[in-house]
Amino acid sequence: MPINSVNQNHPSVIAKNLCKDYPGTRALDHLSFTLNQGEILGLLGPNGAGKTTAIHILLGLLTPTSGEALVFGLSPLKNRQVISKRLNFSSAYVQLPSNLKVAENLLIFSKIYGVKKFNQKIDYLLELFDIADLKNRITGALSSGEKTRLNLCKALLNDPQVLLLDEPTASLDPEMADTVRKTLQKIQQERNIGILYTSHNMPEVEEICDRVLFIHEGRTIAEGTPETIMKNFETNTLEQVFIKIVRSGDIISGKST
Amino acid sequence: MNPALDKPIRTSHVIGEVSESFSRIRAMILRYLFLHKRSLPRTFEIVFWPIMELFVWGFVSVYIQNVSHNTLSKIAMSLINAMIFWDILYRSQQGVSISFIEDIWTQNIVNLLISPLKIWEWVTAAALYGMIKTSLITLILATIAFFLYQFNLVGILQISIIPLIFNLLLFGWALGIFTSSLVIRWGHAAEALIWGVPFLIQPLSAIFYPLSVLPPWLQIISKALPSTYVFEGMRAVIQTGHMPSHYFLVGLGLNLIYFILAGFFFQWMYGKARSSGRLGRLGMD
Repeated sequence: MPINSVNQNHPSVIAKNLCKDYPGTRALDHLSFTLNQGEILGLLGPNGAGKTTAIHILLGLLTPTSGEALVFGLSPLKNRQVISKRLNFSSAYVQLPSNLKVAENLLIFSKIYGVKKFNQKIDYLLELFDIADLKNRITGALSSGEKTRLNLCKALLNDPQVLLLDEPTASLDPEMADTVRKTLQKIQQERNIGILYTSHNMPEVEEICDRVLFIHEGRTIAEGTPETIMKNFETNTLEQVFIKIVRSGDIISGKST
Repeated sequence: MNPALDKPIRTSHVIGEVSESFSRIRAMILRYLFLHKRSLPRTFEIVFWPIMELFVWGFVSVYIQNVSHNTLSKIAMSLINAMIFWDILYRSQQGVSISFIEDIWTQNIVNLLISPLKIWEWVTAAALYGMIKTSLITLILATIAFFLYQFNLVGILQISIIPLIFNLLLFGWALGIFTSSLVIRWGHAAEALIWGVPFLIQPLSAIFYPLSVLPPWLQIISKALPSTYVFEGMRAVIQTGHMPSHYFLVGLGLNLIYFILAGFFFQWMYGKARSSGRLGRLGMD
């Protein structure tokens, strides 16, 4: 699929039988999933389940041991530069330079991404995430919640068609997390973005994700809409599903043993 | 497909690519320059160590000149010149490596690695930024040396100063790419090498003494370094007033080899880091 023909009918991201082995550990074990344009897919699992490994493969930061990852139909390993113009990423664990001002950071990334009318875009995004008053503040002086919102501004600078968000609300208070979720949903609906979303906050996942993928020890344990998964696991919340998955040793086809 | 119609499209595509690359390089230089805007200690640090070194070597040179009743004035001249040139080499290496590691320290490196920024654009920006810093330092050192020790850097080396400094910058950048490769592969554990590697080549580059001082077996290694030809060339100019062209040409040839090797080494280490998972964890360990 050529990069310019992304539409709602085609998956923007395809992971096919991804395996990643480290000495003595298998981080991903034949993981397969797709992310369609315009949907929010929750990638869930306990710490060490393989979520970040999968995201790093999609970003071209990691070579899979076997299997294939395709973003817009292209391999991230060979086409990072082309893909990166239409994809972005934000993580609670990746920061913008703390010794630069908010506006300076966004200006630099605007130029790196070749953003047209970058001043307007920067102002718009800062307003959107309610941090316009911090524009001339040193990034290192921001609270972690403000930094998270700044990271999201950076992630939306290039109007990405696919957004990879690794625990984007991890450091936010409940009220701010709610605001950020609503903002993300608004943008996602307006622009038909495909979002791969990881979080340990299960009520948040129920609220925001169209579909979820539970992984454990690098394998898919369950996949479907939050409602379907809860039904299959005979629980009322995704949190209970999560606990069942982590505590059970052998789970097959979405049913805990 | 009509090749005649295809050509202008391809040409405009190439122009677009070049213009995008230029914009990204400019953005990265801007990123490094912003660091100095409000950090006086950072700016001060650039000039502090070179000036201190110049004081030490400058006064050593004055002392040598005095005790030898001016018969060793060319040696004294060589020492001051060598110190300034060593600083150019060291700072150009640091320019590339420190710019690179700065983004690891600030946990920004993943943002850059997933962006459209190409590695060569990144290295070019760091090298150009390093060149700005090096030019500034050289200017300051040359001015201080002129007023304090009556040492005229440009007056002594004349036109030879250009090829000599050019080769120093090239070798510094190649070393910078090499040391950055080590950091990309081993992360923080390899940081000390950024400061250590230049000092590994210092005794071998015949900086403060002629190549002939080294034992024959060490001379073989020394002759494989482009920096040796710069410092030998510098001494030739001081002694005879002109520099034989082979000092520049052999140095340049070696620099090209080191540059290509450093590029391949970076690519190799990048691939290793991508395979081991280190790349995505840079700045987080």
